[in-house]
Amino acid sequence: MLDFVVPALNLKAILPQLILALTALTVLLVDVFAKEKGKTSLGALSFTGVLFALIALVLSRGSHESAYSGMLMADGFGFFITLIVCIVTILTILASMNYEKICKNIKVGEFYCLMLFAAFGMSFMGNAGNLIMIFVALETMSISIYVLAGFKTDDAKSIESALKYFLLGAFASGFLLFGFALVYGAGGTLDIVKLGKFFTANPDALHHPMVMGGIALMTVGFGFKIAMFPFHMWTPDVYEGAPTVVTGFMATGVKAAAFAALIRVFFVGFAPLQADWTTIMWVGAFLTMTIGNLVAIVQTDIKRMLAYSSIAHAGYLLVGFVVGTDLARSGMLFYLLAYAFANIGALAVISAMGKDGKEYTELSDYSGVGFKYPFLGLMMSVFIFSMAGIPPAAGFMGKFFIFSEAIKSGYIWLAVFGVINSVISLYYYLGVIVRMYFREPDREISIMAPTGTMVAALSIAAFCILQMGIFPSYIWDLARESVKMIM
Amino acid sequence: MVDNQSIYLALAITLFIIGAVGAICRRNAIVVFMCIEIMLAGVGIAFVTFSSANHSLDGIFMVIFVMAVAAAEAAVGLAIFLLMYRKLGTIDLDKFNLLKW
Repeated sequence: MLDFVVPALNLKAILPQLILALTALTVLLVDVFAKEKGKTSLGALSFTGVLFALIALVLSRGSHESAYSGMLMADGFGFFITLIVCIVTILTILASMNYEKICKNIKVGEFYCLMLFAAFGMSFMGNAGNLIMIFVALETMSISIYVLAGFKTDDAKSIESALKYFLLGAFASGFLLFGFALVYGAGGTLDIVKLGKFFTANPDALHHPMVMGGIALMTVGFGFKIAMFPFHMWTPDVYEGAPTVVTGFMATGVKAAAFAALIRVFFVGFAPLQADWTTIMWVGAFLTMTIGNLVAIVQTDIKRMLAYSSIAHAGYLLVGFVVGTDLARSGMLFYLLAYAFANIGALAVISAMGKDGKEYTELSDYSGVGFKYPFLGLMMSVFIFSMAGIPPAAGFMGKFFIFSEAIKSGYIWLAVFGVINSVISLYYYLGVIVRMYFREPDREISIMAPTGTMVAALSIAAFCILQMGIFPSYIWDLARESVKMIM
Repeated sequence: MVDNQSIYLALAITLFIIGAVGAICRRNAIVVFMCIEIMLAGVGIAFVTFSSANHSLDGIFMVIFVMAVAAAEAAVGLAIFLLMYRKLGTIDLDKFNLLKW
């Protein structure tokens, strides 16, 4: 007879994610049974759910345990990633309540439900302790986002972006999986911590072609999700075509989750191999930021420009990954949070620039916006300053932490290229500001006045950016503590 | 004498490469998606092979998850293809050029 021991259910370790999933299911149920009028409250319901998840998360701070036979790591690192994901989701939901008034034919029930499921997947990616878990979380997130990208079903651009994201995403996860298979063949386990122990104990297994091939294939798979050169080609198309609030959500949430999984797999699973992957990632970081910035300059569509700028930001983050010290990884976490506020904020402003299903995304539409819509103009300036890395915005501190650590660890050239790239990026970032404040509008545009929720989302994001830029120590300490607590 | 493991591994790699080349070269969205499924089949065989070689069950579980996720992906993918067909009347990937590649 087989002995079967019922595994202990450690609900405490997954409480925030559990709340997210339950809220998503509730939203789906309410959407089915509610009358047309009740559907307006779905956004508020999702917002409350994520808020509760955030509270549960903050209360669990300092937990350091592995649950479900090592499948899940409820540690400081996962805490920080879940924090970013919850914040991103809250801001996106607030912005979407405004957006659903501009694009009236969006089915709100499925929209919020999928967004919550995507957040659920992202958060588990940050907490995953096993390659199986990473794969399932990644797909939970991705499949929800494929649908969200194509949510404007009457807009050919939106459908096309969903199609491209879907085909390339499935293709890339094939590579990721084959990488997992090869590593499993060499290491004999899918548990990340056990893999790390195995490779430390058997250094001669490290340079087996299967391990090398596995790491190369995994780099392709993760590189696709974080939009690393040369796997960035999908980014501008998908970001441009997807509904604007969804673009903000995937530019920040997906990137944070994918970087989290990348850091955990490489630094916990393959720590002894660091010298080997550093060279590849050095080149990747340099090309990613340079190509992203150079191509962003010539864009005429603001969403497309921000897509290329998000590729450049992935490059800056990869600098932190190459340096790889504890402080550099803390810098990455800080940067991811700062970038999340700025990017979601900027895309929320863009999503507010519309009326009756018509959106204005051409750069020329932003001429004179600063005086015509002072609030939106001011908020956009704060977000742009943060992305450009101008003090006192949070983006400056993020870049400072990463590049100063690069110099301390001897990656002087990488830091120099990073700073040069930041200067290049000033050109197109400041171009937006110049347009908003110093140009006359080319054509009349009329937009809907932003609703209270949109004002709230923008104010929160702008406040946090300034707070993190002027008094960075709280978040910086939190990030350092999180990286120390990675298991 | 080649051992069994190498044969199965060779099969897995062959399937994976057939799928990858097909996904890059074919222009019909459904055929591309089918090629991706062939890649996943190759991955599944690799996992089962390693699972039996390592005497561990992790790989088998992974295959079950891969199949479940592939089914979910197919559902979403076919919905997107259908939407595209209704909007543009074709699912030929070369015809989609609203967004620059």
